[in-house]
Amino acid sequence: MTADRRRGIVSAQSRPRLAPYVRLRFDPVRNAWAVLAPERVLWPDAIGLDILRRCDGKTSISAIVRELACEYDGQGQEIDADVGAFLQEWADRLLVRL
Amino acid sequence: MTQAPFPPIAMLAELTHRCPLQCPYCSNPIDLLKADREMETERWLDVFEQVAAMGVLQVHLSGGEPTLRRDLEQFVSTLSQTGVYTNLITAGVGLAGIRLEALASAGLDHVQVSFQGANAETTARIGRHSGAHAQKLAAARHARALGLALTINAPIHRHNIAEIPDYIDLALSLGAERLEIANVQYAGWALLNRRYLLPDGASIEHQVATVEAARARLVGVLEIDFVVADHFATYPKPCMGGWGRDAFVIAPDGLVLPCHAAMTIPSLRFERFGSRPLADIWRDSPAFNAFRGTDWMLEPCRSCERRDVDWGGCRCQALALAGDAAAADPVCVRSPLHARMAMLLEETLPPSDARTGGDLIPPFAFRRIGRT
Repeated sequence: MTADRRRGIVSAQSRPRLAPYVRLRFDPVRNAWAVLAPERVLWPDAIGLDILRRCDGKTSISAIVRELACEYDGQGQEIDADVGAFLQEWADRLLVRL
Repeated sequence: MTQAPFPPIAMLAELTHRCPLQCPYCSNPIDLLKADREMETERWLDVFEQVAAMGVLQVHLSGGEPTLRRDLEQFVSTLSQTGVYTNLITAGVGLAGIRLEALASAGLDHVQVSFQGANAETTARIGRHSGAHAQKLAAARHARALGLALTINAPIHRHNIAEIPDYIDLALSLGAERLEIANVQYAGWALLNRRYLLPDGASIEHQVATVEAARARLVGVLEIDFVVADHFATYPKPCMGGWGRDAFVIAPDGLVLPCHAAMTIPSLRFERFGSRPLADIWRDSPAFNAFRGTDWMLEPCRSCERRDVDWGGCRCQALALAGDAAAADPVCVRSPLHARMAMLLEETLPPSDARTGGDLIPPFAFRRIGRT
């Protein structure tokens, strides 16, 4: 039961995962990835998708940031802030658990 | 329409009009269909296969009470296998136990349980079902235990608007992810009973403040979806997210509708499922194209910068209040008929000393099949 659920706050050690009732699936009709959630369909952009795909409950946010910094050849600090803000927003909408 | 519409994202399947409750604001039409008018299992399965191929990503299984269909598990299973997200919109009566387990095993994603009140007394009085509240609580708890997403639906009117804080506590105590606080939309049965249901302006203001404070306090804990009382609003609601734009409805007998109240517009002719492929009905049906996009709009909508924000509001309400389904929804402050809304509220509301819900049962026309 989650009657005493608390707001999750992003930290470098958080190991985010999609909420159990949230599904990431490819939509062949629109040729795009969709996030399906209660009463909601969201269309993450390429970076959002790269973050969400790593939300497996095992990978820490610091590891996600390292991987994305490699992939996007970007500044670690900038990516750190972006990933943190993204995941906090998704956690606040109860789509990602920290 | 100059270009083909985008494929629909969502469909509302009104599987049946039968229901154990008799809420006087039901969104079903006044002329409710009996069981013998409902589509058979194979027809619905054909619907669900076609919508998945069209690009529908969410199906809302509703009614009436959808769990009265014994083939519901088959529908959930078919949808789940094609990757469609399934939402069950239920009164929750008789659902807890093996039935909900079977639905969860079939792949159900999300359960929305309606509560007519935040306590057993109100729930019984409004839904006219004495044991309903306990059964709803059991259904909601079981949904949580099975790991399904849970939404508590709170349809709001004069007789339960004071219970908003209790609804919030109820949703938290049940561990729901979402609470839908939806002021009743005055169409169909709710329009018939409007003078006994409409809350007053002070209650609405208090409600908005309560909901906003709770939302701020419960970020990341409970999502509160708030459907405002449009009779008191400045701008209209974007009905269905725009006519024929994202979503459509199939009625129990297979009529394909742009919104669940569209049949109140007598000038429109609706096609029945099976007459031709559903994708063709969605794209070409004159009823869907009648108010699709912005080309049909008259002033003040046509030149309004909000025309593709609220899509002119509700077509059924425009017909009911302005006498023209292509007019601006009179809820809109820019409608030339907006002043009539204030008059309507004044005429509709009882004297201020009688505006609280009270314990008496007002002379509602309770929902039932074959009333007319």
